[in-house]
Amino acid sequence: MELIVASAIGVLTAAGIYLVLRLRTFPVILGMSLLTYAVNVFLFASGRLTIGAPPILDDAAITYTDPLPQALVLTAIVISFGMTAVVVMIGLGAYLGSDDDHVDDQPESDASEERP
Amino acid sequence: MTHWIILPIVLPALLAPFMVLTARHHIGIQRVFSLAGIVGLIALSIGLVWQVSDGSVIYYRLSDWAAPFGIVIVGDRLSTLMVLLTSVLALFVLLYAIGSKWDERGRHFHALFQFQLMGILGAFLTGDLFNLFVFFEVLLIASYGLMIHAGGNARLRAGVQYVLFNLIGSTLFLFALGSIYAETGTLNMADLAQRVTLIGAEETVGIRIAAVLLLLVFAIKAALVPLHFWLPSSYAEAPAPVAALFAIMTKVGAYAIIRVYTMIFPPELEVTSGMHDLWLLPAALVSLAIGMIGVLAARKLDRLVAFSIIGSMGMVMVAISLFTPSSIGAALYYIVHSTLAGAILFLITDLVRTGRGTLDLTAQPPMMGTHMTAGMFFAGAIAMAGLPPLSGFLGKLMVLDAAYSDDLVVWVWAIVLSSSLISVVGFARAGSIVFWKALGTQATVEPATDLSRPSALAYAAIGGLFALLVAHTVFAGTVHSYTTEIAEELFDHESYFSLVLDTPGKLSNPKEAH
Repeated sequence: MELIVASAIGVLTAAGIYLVLRLRTFPVILGMSLLTYAVNVFLFASGRLTIGAPPILDDAAITYTDPLPQALVLTAIVISFGMTAVVVMIGLGAYLGSDDDHVDDQPESDASEERP
Repeated sequence: MTHWIILPIVLPALLAPFMVLTARHHIGIQRVFSLAGIVGLIALSIGLVWQVSDGSVIYYRLSDWAAPFGIVIVGDRLSTLMVLLTSVLALFVLLYAIGSKWDERGRHFHALFQFQLMGILGAFLTGDLFNLFVFFEVLLIASYGLMIHAGGNARLRAGVQYVLFNLIGSTLFLFALGSIYAETGTLNMADLAQRVTLIGAEETVGIRIAAVLLLLVFAIKAALVPLHFWLPSSYAEAPAPVAALFAIMTKVGAYAIIRVYTMIFPPELEVTSGMHDLWLLPAALVSLAIGMIGVLAARKLDRLVAFSIIGSMGMVMVAISLFTPSSIGAALYYIVHSTLAGAILFLITDLVRTGRGTLDLTAQPPMMGTHMTAGMFFAGAIAMAGLPPLSGFLGKLMVLDAAYSDDLVVWVWAIVLSSSLISVVGFARAGSIVFWKALGTQATVEPATDLSRPSALAYAAIGGLFALLVAHTVFAGTVHSYTTEIAEELFDHESYFSLVLDTPGKLSNPKEAH
């Protein structure tokens, strides 16, 4: 199981980093989502991998799984979900406004235009 | 246990939704509540500074859960000083935003402003690494809203870059926290600091990686070269009052580095040895140089100010990365100075934009109201470049003095002094182009009569920041001895550890356990 989880994190991270390095908004946002999935699985694994053990006190239980990473992952999921929504909205606004979805700096001639 | 220390976080957290729910169409009411909230914050933070000024540490257990299990809010002299600096800066920035009517140009400015303050103050006060992450996210998500306040294409595009860069930073932060938890089983700062000393010399791989990842995250926040690329365009495109408030955001990164790398991974710790002296100082020196060269090379005034922020962060990081009590004392003095000076310069840039219509560093028709703006730009440039008589000069002197016994003293002195010269030339060039090299002597444009002209309140806000800067210079001796005491306390944590870890609460009673 360790091998599967570890390679899943590795593949997700590699694909995420590749996509983040692209030039257009949409692949970059997809890459960010993959990276956040990778980090969520990574946080889960940081409490050691245990199968079929309860996270809270139980009289019948012999062994426990660490409950803290599950709480951390919950927080991380909520935050990354909200952040992705924000970046989609801002990216969409920038694309509709300037008809261009590149994430790099625009050429100097455009940059000097008047701002409100 | 006192409840006062949680209030700087709770007050803006309650005020912001209150303003959204009840007064979203009434800018006047929002202004009153926002100002009242910040005046309350200043009173609270003065109280907190006064309470810890004798060297004591105050703390608060959320829901009374004891330290390694629950989240603690801890206030010592370092964090309360930063809280006071933030709330005072916020007052003047808000006054400027009201005076220049920036807050009317988009919706929910005041609510986002309060959320931003909540995140920044929480990051300064928390005693738990995961909670630090949460407050980073609070301040970031509010800053995304503020950054694109009032819209515009250039601003939205810069906003996309800013958000994406910070999202990657947050992901790195989570990877670092995951590795730290996997290695030590705790995220409470005081508990962590004691557990990393127990790690054997042969099992240091995981914790070293975690420490470096964490340093990268804070370096992104502090805009340390080579992780500074997000700063120039975002700060230049952000609305002026927002950029002025962002002057404190880079200092959140500096604060986190001071806190984590003196308490959890101090320089003498064996498992992370070689990290502090090998990488941090050269990176800081390079950012100082690049920032000041950027000042000389900038083609627009707002980029120039943004690069001067990178340079001054480099200066702060040079002082921090020496990791001695005297150097961190100097760094704290310089942090206060560079926050005020950076905010002043961003606000003046906005005055220039309103009067002149453009920020390009080329000859333009003469602008109106020049003497006042030019005089303030002159004083702000003196402060930022570190010339006497303002506090930038004293701050640099303290850093140079603290570096005197270091091995790399030649490099520090050479780069600090030559970059100061470069920035003086850069600011002089920009000032003379903007204010002196006007096209012709007659006003070729009609004096603008539109209502967006800054009112007297805007000038008063900048004047207030200048007054603080002058006070920071006049009372330099007192402030510096106070920051040096803070720095000495940072290298001697016993009272902090015993207070956080040995006070009984729910789930843990050390006295019964023994």
